[in-house]
Amino acid sequence: MNGFSIVWQHRDMILIGFQNTLIIVAIGAAGSLLIGTLLTIPLMSGRRGFVMMATAYVDAMRCVPFLLFAYLLYFGLPSFGIQLDNWWAGVAALVLYHAGYMAELLRAAWSNLSKELIEAGHAFGFSGWGLFRRIILPPVMFSALPLIGNQLIQIVKDSAFLTVIAVAELTHEATSLQTTYFVPFASFVAAVILYWITCVTIESTVGYVNRFAEERR
Amino acid sequence: MTSYDYYSIAYGALATVSLSLVSIVLGVPLGLGLALIRWSRLPVLNQLVIGYVSVIRTCPTVTLALLVFYALPVVGISLEPVPAGILTLTVSTAAFNTEIWRNALVNFPRDQYDAALTFGMRRGLRFRHIVLPHIIHTSLPALVNEMTLQVKATPAVAVIGIVEITRAAIRVGARTYEPLPPFVVALVLYSLIVFAFVTMQRTVERRYALAGAH
Repeated sequence: MNGFSIVWQHRDMILIGFQNTLIIVAIGAAGSLLIGTLLTIPLMSGRRGFVMMATAYVDAMRCVPFLLFAYLLYFGLPSFGIQLDNWWAGVAALVLYHAGYMAELLRAAWSNLSKELIEAGHAFGFSGWGLFRRIILPPVMFSALPLIGNQLIQIVKDSAFLTVIAVAELTHEATSLQTTYFVPFASFVAAVILYWITCVTIESTVGYVNRFAEERR
Repeated sequence: MTSYDYYSIAYGALATVSLSLVSIVLGVPLGLGLALIRWSRLPVLNQLVIGYVSVIRTCPTVTLALLVFYALPVVGISLEPVPAGILTLTVSTAAFNTEIWRNALVNFPRDQYDAALTFGMRRGLRFRHIVLPHIIHTSLPALVNEMTLQVKATPAVAVIGIVEITRAAIRVGARTYEPLPPFVVALVLYSLIVFAFVTMQRTVERRYALAGAH
Protein backbone atom coordinates (compact mmCIF):
# COMPACT_ATOMS: atom_id res chain seq x y z
CA MET A 1 0.00 0.00 0.00
CA ASN A 2 1.45 3.31 -1.13
CA GLY A 3 -0.65 5.30 1.38
CA PHE A 4 1.05 3.74 4.37
CA SER A 5 4.51 4.71 3.12
CA ILE A 6 3.32 8.34 2.79
CA VAL A 7 1.97 8.20 6.35
CA TRP A 8 5.30 6.72 7.48
CA GLN A 9 7.19 9.57 5.79
CA HIS A 10 5.05 12.09 7.62
CA ARG A 11 4.90 10.14 10.86
CA ASP A 12 6.04 13.21 12.82
CA MET A 13 2.61 14.80 12.16
CA ILE A 14 0.75 11.75 13.43
CA LEU A 15 3.10 11.43 16.40
CA ILE A 16 2.63 15.09 17.40
CA GLY A 17 -1.13 14.49 17.28
CA PHE A 18 -0.70 11.31 19.31
CA GLN A 19 1.43 13.15 21.87
CA ASN A 20 -1.20 15.89 22.15
CA THR A 21 -3.93 13.29 22.60
CA LEU A 22 -1.91 11.66 25.39
CA ILE A 23 -1.33 15.03 27.13
CA ILE A 24 -5.01 16.00 26.82
CA VAL A 25 -6.12 12.59 28.10
CA ALA A 26 -3.67 12.73 31.02
CA ILE A 27 -4.89 16.18 32.12
CA GLY A 28 -8.50 15.13 31.48
CA ALA A 29 -8.10 11.98 33.56
CA ALA A 30 -6.29 13.61 36.49
CA GLY A 31 -8.58 16.66 36.55
CA SER A 32 -11.85 14.77 36.24
CA LEU A 33 -10.80 12.25 38.89
CA LEU A 34 -9.88 15.06 41.27
CA ILE A 35 -13.07 17.09 40.75
CA GLY A 36 -15.15 13.91 40.69
CA THR A 37 -13.67 12.88 44.05
CA LEU A 38 -14.43 16.29 45.55
CA LEU A 39 -17.98 16.14 44.11
CA THR A 40 -18.69 12.90 46.00
CA ILE A 41 -18.46 14.82 49.28
CA PRO A 42 -21.61 16.94 48.67
CA LEU A 43 -23.26 13.93 46.97
CA MET A 44 -22.85 11.83 50.13
CA SER A 45 -23.17 14.68 52.67
CA GLY A 46 -26.86 14.00 53.30
CA ARG A 47 -27.66 17.72 53.36
CA ARG A 48 -30.48 18.30 50.95
CA GLY A 49 -29.24 21.50 49.33
CA PHE A 50 -25.74 20.14 48.63
CA VAL A 51 -27.06 16.78 47.44
CA MET A 52 -29.51 18.42 45.05
CA MET A 53 -26.94 20.77 43.55
CA ALA A 54 -24.33 18.06 43.03
CA THR A 55 -26.94 15.65 41.64
CA ALA A 56 -28.15 18.31 39.21
CA TYR A 57 -24.58 18.76 37.94
CA VAL A 58 -24.00 15.02 37.54
CA ASP A 59 -27.35 14.47 35.79
CA ALA A 60 -26.78 17.41 33.45
CA MET A 61 -23.41 15.98 32.37
CA ARG A 62 -24.97 12.58 31.82
CA CYS A 63 -27.63 14.06 29.52
CA VAL A 64 -25.41 16.22 27.28
CA PRO A 65 -23.40 14.65 24.48
CA PHE A 66 -19.73 15.55 24.88
CA LEU A 67 -19.55 17.37 21.54
CA LEU A 68 -22.37 19.72 22.51
CA PHE A 69 -20.69 20.41 25.85
CA ALA A 70 -17.36 21.20 24.15
CA TYR A 71 -19.12 23.60 21.79
CA LEU A 72 -20.95 25.12 24.75
CA LEU A 73 -17.68 25.96 26.51
CA TYR A 74 -15.91 27.11 23.36
CA PHE A 75 -18.68 29.29 21.91
CA GLY A 76 -20.80 29.92 24.99
CA LEU A 77 -18.27 31.09 27.60
CA PRO A 78 -17.24 34.23 25.67
CA SER A 79 -20.85 35.42 26.23
CA PHE A 80 -19.96 35.58 29.93
CA GLY A 81 -16.67 37.33 29.21
CA ILE A 82 -14.49 34.23 29.66
CA GLN A 83 -12.22 33.75 26.65
CA LEU A 84 -10.49 30.37 26.39
CA ASP A 85 -8.40 29.31 23.41
CA ASN A 86 -9.49 26.09 21.71
CA TRP A 87 -6.93 23.93 23.53
CA TRP A 88 -7.94 25.03 27.02
CA ALA A 89 -11.64 25.04 26.15
CA GLY A 90 -11.26 21.44 24.97
CA VAL A 91 -9.33 20.34 28.06
CA ALA A 92 -11.78 22.14 30.37
CA ALA A 93 -14.71 20.45 28.62
CA LEU A 94 -13.07 17.04 29.01
CA VAL A 95 -12.34 17.61 32.72
CA LEU A 96 -15.75 19.06 33.68
CA TYR A 97 -17.74 16.55 31.61
CA HIS A 98 -16.04 13.43 32.92
CA ALA A 99 -15.93 14.78 36.49
CA GLY A 100 -19.71 14.19 36.52
CA TYR A 101 -19.26 10.54 35.51
CA MET A 102 -16.36 10.00 37.92
CA ALA A 103 -18.43 11.47 40.77
CA GLU A 104 -21.31 9.12 39.98
CA LEU A 105 -19.24 5.96 39.93
CA LEU A 106 -17.27 6.92 43.05
CA ARG A 107 -20.54 7.71 44.82
CA ALA A 108 -21.84 4.24 43.95
CA ALA A 109 -18.65 2.68 45.38
CA TRP A 110 -18.91 4.83 48.51
CA SER A 111 -22.51 3.88 49.19
CA ASN A 112 -21.50 0.20 49.02
CA LEU A 113 -18.90 0.80 51.72
CA SER A 114 -19.64 -0.99 54.97
CA LYS A 115 -20.91 1.20 57.84
CA GLU A 116 -18.60 -0.52 60.32
CA LEU A 117 -15.54 0.83 58.54
CA ILE A 118 -16.69 4.44 58.91
CA GLU A 119 -17.81 3.87 62.51
CA ALA A 120 -14.40 2.37 63.30
CA GLY A 121 -12.86 5.49 61.79
CA HIS A 122 -15.03 7.64 64.07
CA ALA A 123 -13.98 5.52 67.04
CA PHE A 124 -10.32 6.17 66.24
CA GLY A 125 -11.02 9.89 66.28
CA PHE A 126 -11.13 10.50 62.56
CA SER A 127 -13.57 13.09 61.33
CA GLY A 128 -14.17 15.45 58.43
CA TRP A 129 -11.40 15.66 55.86
CA GLY A 130 -9.13 13.18 57.66
CA LEU A 131 -11.90 10.58 57.73
CA PHE A 132 -12.55 11.10 54.03
CA ARG A 133 -8.93 10.96 52.95
CA ARG A 134 -7.64 8.17 55.21
CA ILE A 135 -10.63 5.90 55.77
CA ILE A 136 -13.20 6.38 53.00
CA LEU A 137 -11.19 7.25 49.90
CA PRO A 138 -8.71 4.31 49.66
CA PRO A 139 -11.31 1.47 49.60
CA VAL A 140 -13.63 3.55 47.38
CA MET A 141 -10.84 4.08 44.84
CA PHE A 142 -9.87 0.41 44.85
CA SER A 143 -13.39 -0.90 44.42
CA ALA A 144 -14.23 1.65 41.70
CA LEU A 145 -11.01 0.90 39.82
CA PRO A 146 -12.45 -1.17 36.91
CA LEU A 147 -15.13 1.48 36.32
CA ILE A 148 -12.53 4.26 36.45
CA GLY A 149 -10.62 2.30 33.79
CA ASN A 150 -13.71 2.23 31.55
CA GLN A 151 -14.14 5.97 32.06
CA LEU A 152 -10.49 6.59 31.11
CA ILE A 153 -11.13 4.81 27.81
CA GLN A 154 -14.19 7.00 27.35
CA ILE A 155 -11.97 10.06 27.90
CA VAL A 156 -9.60 8.83 25.18
CA LYS A 157 -12.54 8.41 22.81
CA ASP A 158 -14.11 11.76 23.66
CA SER A 159 -10.80 13.56 23.12
CA ALA A 160 -11.27 12.83 19.40
CA PHE A 161 -14.32 15.11 19.39
CA LEU A 162 -12.01 18.05 20.07
CA THR A 163 -11.00 17.94 16.40
CA VAL A 164 -14.18 19.97 15.68
CA ILE A 165 -12.82 22.94 17.64
CA ALA A 166 -9.45 22.50 15.90
CA VAL A 167 -7.44 21.07 18.80
CA ALA A 168 -4.40 19.45 17.17
CA GLU A 169 -5.00 15.96 18.53
CA LEU A 170 -4.62 12.59 16.79
CA THR A 171 -7.83 12.61 14.71
CA HIS A 172 -7.21 16.22 13.70
CA GLU A 173 -3.69 15.43 12.50
CA ALA A 174 -4.92 12.33 10.66
CA THR A 175 -7.55 14.48 8.92
CA SER A 176 -5.04 17.12 7.89
CA LEU A 177 -2.65 14.43 6.64
CA GLN A 178 -5.41 12.89 4.55
CA THR A 179 -6.50 16.24 3.07
CA THR A 180 -2.91 17.23 2.19
CA TYR A 181 -1.70 13.98 0.62
CA PHE A 182 -5.04 12.24 -0.01
CA VAL A 183 -4.21 9.11 1.97
CA PRO A 184 -7.54 8.65 3.80
CA PHE A 185 -7.29 4.91 4.39
CA ALA A 186 -3.73 4.80 5.71
CA SER A 187 -3.96 7.92 7.88
CA PHE A 188 -7.20 6.97 9.65
CA VAL A 189 -6.14 3.34 10.08
CA ALA A 190 -2.92 4.62 11.66
CA ALA A 191 -5.00 6.79 14.03
CA VAL A 192 -7.32 3.87 14.91
CA ILE A 193 -4.31 1.64 15.67
CA LEU A 194 -2.78 4.29 17.96
CA TYR A 195 -6.11 4.72 19.79
CA TRP A 196 -6.32 0.96 20.16
CA ILE A 197 -2.79 0.75 21.59
CA THR A 198 -3.61 3.54 24.08
CA CYS A 199 -6.79 1.86 25.29
CA VAL A 200 -5.25 -1.61 25.51
CA THR A 201 -2.43 -0.11 27.59
CA ILE A 202 -4.96 1.55 29.92
CA GLU A 203 -6.94 -1.70 30.20
CA SER A 204 -3.91 -3.80 31.08
CA THR A 205 -2.56 -1.21 33.52
CA VAL A 206 -5.91 -1.07 35.31
CA GLY A 207 -5.98 -4.87 35.34
CA TYR A 208 -2.50 -4.95 36.87
CA VAL A 209 -3.33 -2.37 39.58
CA ASN A 210 -6.57 -4.22 40.26
CA ARG A 211 -4.69 -7.45 40.98
CA PHE A 212 -2.53 -5.51 43.42
CA ALA A 213 -5.72 -4.13 45.03
CA GLU A 214 -7.19 -7.63 45.32
CA GLU A 215 -4.06 -8.82 47.14
CA ARG A 216 -4.28 -5.99 49.65
CA ARG A 217 -7.95 -6.64 50.41
CA MET B 1 -34.18 32.90 17.87
CA THR B 2 -36.98 32.82 15.32
CA SER B 3 -39.53 30.05 15.05
CA TYR B 4 -37.65 28.83 11.99
CA ASP B 5 -34.56 28.32 14.17
CA TYR B 6 -36.54 26.20 16.61
CA TYR B 7 -37.92 24.27 13.65
CA SER B 8 -34.45 23.59 12.23
CA ILE B 9 -33.14 22.26 15.55
CA ALA B 10 -36.27 20.11 15.97
CA TYR B 11 -35.65 18.81 12.46
CA GLY B 12 -32.13 17.95 13.58
CA ALA B 13 -33.69 16.04 16.49
CA LEU B 14 -35.59 13.97 13.94
CA ALA B 15 -32.26 13.06 12.33
CA THR B 16 -30.73 12.22 15.74
CA VAL B 17 -33.66 9.99 16.70
CA SER B 18 -33.90 8.20 13.36
CA LEU B 19 -30.14 7.64 13.09
CA SER B 20 -30.08 6.26 16.64
CA LEU B 21 -33.11 4.05 16.07
CA VAL B 22 -31.87 2.64 12.75
CA SER B 23 -28.44 1.87 14.19
CA ILE B 24 -30.02 0.28 17.28
CA VAL B 25 -32.45 -1.83 15.21
CA LEU B 26 -29.53 -3.05 13.07
CA GLY B 27 -26.91 -3.18 15.81
CA VAL B 28 -28.77 -5.16 18.50
CA PRO B 29 -29.42 -8.30 16.35
CA LEU B 30 -25.97 -7.95 14.74
CA GLY B 31 -24.45 -7.93 18.21
CA LEU B 32 -26.48 -11.03 19.10
CA GLY B 33 -25.21 -12.80 15.96
CA LEU B 34 -21.59 -11.94 16.78
CA ALA B 35 -22.09 -13.00 20.41
CA LEU B 36 -23.45 -16.36 19.18
CA ILE B 37 -20.29 -16.79 17.07
CA ARG B 38 -18.23 -16.25 20.21
CA TRP B 39 -20.51 -18.51 22.28
CA SER B 40 -20.28 -21.40 19.82
CA ARG B 41 -16.49 -20.79 19.45
CA LEU B 42 -16.51 -21.09 15.66
CA PRO B 43 -12.86 -21.27 14.59
CA VAL B 44 -11.39 -18.23 12.76
CA LEU B 45 -14.70 -16.30 12.99
CA ASN B 46 -14.34 -16.30 16.79
CA GLN B 47 -10.90 -14.64 16.56
CA LEU B 48 -12.21 -12.15 14.01
CA VAL B 49 -15.06 -11.13 16.33
CA ILE B 50 -12.64 -10.75 19.26
CA GLY B 51 -10.46 -8.42 17.14
CA TYR B 52 -13.46 -6.49 15.84
CA VAL B 53 -14.88 -5.88 19.32
CA SER B 54 -11.51 -4.88 20.78
CA VAL B 55 -10.67 -2.37 18.02
CA ILE B 56 -14.13 -0.83 17.61
CA ARG B 57 -14.77 -0.47 21.34
CA THR B 58 -11.61 1.61 21.67
CA CYS B 59 -12.03 3.59 18.45
CA PRO B 60 -13.54 7.08 18.82
CA THR B 61 -16.80 7.37 16.87
CA VAL B 62 -15.57 10.53 15.12
CA THR B 63 -12.50 8.74 13.82
CA LEU B 64 -14.62 5.78 12.73
CA ALA B 65 -17.03 8.11 10.89
CA LEU B 66 -14.13 9.78 9.07
CA LEU B 67 -12.64 6.39 8.24
CA VAL B 68 -15.94 5.10 6.81
CA PHE B 69 -16.67 8.26 4.86
CA TYR B 70 -13.22 9.06 3.44
CA ALA B 71 -11.44 5.71 3.37
CA LEU B 72 -14.08 3.29 2.05
CA PRO B 73 -14.14 5.03 -1.40
CA VAL B 74 -10.45 4.03 -1.71
CA VAL B 75 -11.49 0.38 -1.68
CA GLY B 76 -14.32 1.13 -4.11
CA ILE B 77 -17.25 1.57 -1.69
CA SER B 78 -18.43 5.14 -1.84
CA LEU B 79 -21.28 6.04 0.51
CA GLU B 80 -23.46 9.13 0.89
CA PRO B 81 -23.21 10.82 4.33
CA VAL B 82 -26.41 9.29 5.73
CA PRO B 83 -25.63 5.63 4.88
CA ALA B 84 -22.03 6.23 6.01
CA GLY B 85 -23.36 7.64 9.30
CA ILE B 86 -25.70 4.69 9.78
CA LEU B 87 -22.88 2.24 9.01
CA THR B 88 -20.57 3.98 11.50
CA LEU B 89 -23.11 4.01 14.31
CA THR B 90 -24.22 0.42 13.64
CA VAL B 91 -20.66 -0.94 13.54
CA SER B 92 -19.87 0.87 16.79
CA THR B 93 -23.00 -0.06 18.76
CA ALA B 94 -22.84 -3.68 17.55
CA ALA B 95 -19.41 -4.09 19.16
CA PHE B 96 -20.76 -2.98 22.55
CA ASN B 97 -23.92 -5.08 22.13
CA THR B 98 -21.80 -8.15 21.35
CA GLU B 99 -20.19 -7.91 24.78
CA ILE B 100 -23.58 -7.43 26.49
CA TRP B 101 -25.17 -10.44 24.76
CA ARG B 102 -22.07 -12.56 25.29
CA ASN B 103 -22.11 -11.79 28.99
CA ALA B 104 -25.76 -12.92 29.18
CA LEU B 105 -24.99 -16.10 27.20
CA VAL B 106 -22.01 -16.96 29.41
CA ASN B 107 -24.17 -16.56 32.52
CA PHE B 108 -27.06 -18.58 31.08
CA PRO B 109 -27.94 -21.36 33.57
CA ARG B 110 -26.72 -24.67 32.18
CA ASP B 111 -29.51 -26.74 33.79
CA GLN B 112 -32.19 -24.97 31.75
CA TYR B 113 -30.32 -25.83 28.58
CA ASP B 114 -29.96 -29.46 29.68
CA ALA B 115 -33.69 -29.60 30.49
CA ALA B 116 -34.49 -28.41 26.95
CA LEU B 117 -32.20 -31.13 25.59
CA THR B 118 -34.02 -33.73 27.73
CA PHE B 119 -37.32 -32.65 26.22
CA GLY B 120 -35.85 -33.33 22.78
CA MET B 121 -36.08 -29.73 21.59
CA ARG B 122 -34.31 -29.01 18.35
CA ARG B 123 -31.52 -26.48 18.20
CA GLY B 124 -33.61 -23.59 16.75
CA LEU B 125 -36.53 -24.24 19.11
CA ARG B 126 -34.16 -24.51 22.08
CA PHE B 127 -32.65 -21.15 21.23
CA ARG B 128 -35.94 -19.33 20.54
CA HIS B 129 -37.96 -20.63 23.48
CA ILE B 130 -35.37 -21.29 26.19
CA VAL B 131 -32.22 -19.24 25.66
CA LEU B 132 -33.50 -16.10 23.93
CA PRO B 133 -36.23 -15.03 26.41
CA HIS B 134 -33.81 -15.46 29.28
CA ILE B 135 -30.91 -13.52 27.75
CA ILE B 136 -33.23 -10.72 26.57
CA HIS B 137 -34.36 -10.32 30.16
CA THR B 138 -30.85 -10.22 31.62
CA SER B 139 -29.37 -8.00 28.86
CA LEU B 140 -32.14 -5.43 28.72
CA PRO B 141 -30.82 -2.90 31.28
CA ALA B 142 -27.34 -2.97 29.73
CA LEU B 143 -28.78 -2.73 26.20
CA VAL B 144 -30.88 0.34 27.05
CA ASN B 145 -27.86 1.86 28.76
CA GLU B 146 -25.92 1.36 25.54
CA MET B 147 -28.85 2.90 23.58
CA THR B 148 -28.66 6.12 25.62
CA LEU B 149 -24.89 6.19 25.04
CA GLN B 150 -25.65 5.69 21.35
CA VAL B 151 -27.91 8.77 21.29
CA LYS B 152 -25.05 10.74 22.79
CA ALA B 153 -22.62 9.33 20.20
CA THR B 154 -24.68 10.52 17.21
CA PRO B 155 -23.09 14.03 17.09
CA ALA B 156 -19.96 12.23 15.83
CA VAL B 157 -21.53 11.86 12.39
CA ALA B 158 -21.87 15.66 12.16
CA VAL B 159 -18.22 15.69 11.01
CA ILE B 160 -19.23 14.02 7.74
CA GLY B 161 -21.94 16.61 7.12
CA ILE B 162 -25.11 15.15 8.62
CA VAL B 163 -27.24 17.88 10.21
CA GLU B 164 -28.42 16.50 13.54
CA ILE B 165 -29.26 18.39 16.75
CA THR B 166 -25.73 19.56 17.59
CA ARG B 167 -24.86 20.69 14.08
CA ALA B 168 -28.26 22.39 13.65
CA ALA B 169 -27.70 24.27 16.94
CA ILE B 170 -24.20 25.32 15.81
CA ARG B 171 -25.63 26.68 12.57
CA VAL B 172 -28.30 28.71 14.36
CA GLY B 173 -25.70 30.03 16.80
CA ALA B 174 -23.35 30.97 13.95
CA ARG B 175 -26.09 32.90 12.19
CA THR B 176 -27.58 34.76 15.16
CA TYR B 177 -24.21 35.34 16.93
CA GLU B 178 -25.90 34.10 20.10
CA PRO B 179 -24.71 30.54 20.67
CA LEU B 180 -26.29 29.98 24.07
CA PRO B 181 -30.07 29.83 23.27
CA PRO B 182 -29.75 27.15 20.52
CA PHE B 183 -27.44 25.11 22.78
CA VAL B 184 -30.00 25.19 25.57
CA VAL B 185 -32.71 24.03 23.14
CA ALA B 186 -30.39 21.23 21.98
CA LEU B 187 -29.67 20.24 25.58
CA VAL B 188 -33.39 20.01 26.37
CA LEU B 189 -34.01 17.89 23.26
CA TYR B 190 -31.20 15.46 24.13
CA SER B 191 -32.46 15.17 27.70
CA LEU B 192 -35.96 14.37 26.43
CA ILE B 193 -34.66 11.66 24.09
CA VAL B 194 -32.48 10.05 26.78
CA PHE B 195 -35.37 10.29 29.26
CA ALA B 196 -37.67 8.52 26.77
CA PHE B 197 -35.23 5.60 26.54
CA VAL B 198 -34.86 5.31 30.31
CA THR B 199 -38.66 5.42 30.79
CA MET B 200 -39.05 2.70 28.16
CA GLN B 201 -36.53 0.54 30.02
CA ARG B 202 -38.36 0.97 33.36
CA THR B 203 -41.73 0.11 31.74
CA VAL B 204 -40.38 -3.01 30.07
CA GLU B 205 -38.62 -4.09 33.26
CA ARG B 206 -41.80 -3.67 35.30
CA ARG B 207 -43.75 -5.77 32.78
CA TYR B 208 -41.08 -8.45 32.93
CA ALA B 209 -41.18 -8.40 36.73
CA LEU B 210 -44.98 -8.82 36.65
CA ALA B 211 -44.72 -11.65 34.12
CA GLY B 212 -42.11 -13.33 36.32
CA ALA B 213 -44.35 -13.08 39.40
CA HIS B 214 -47.21 -15.05 37.83
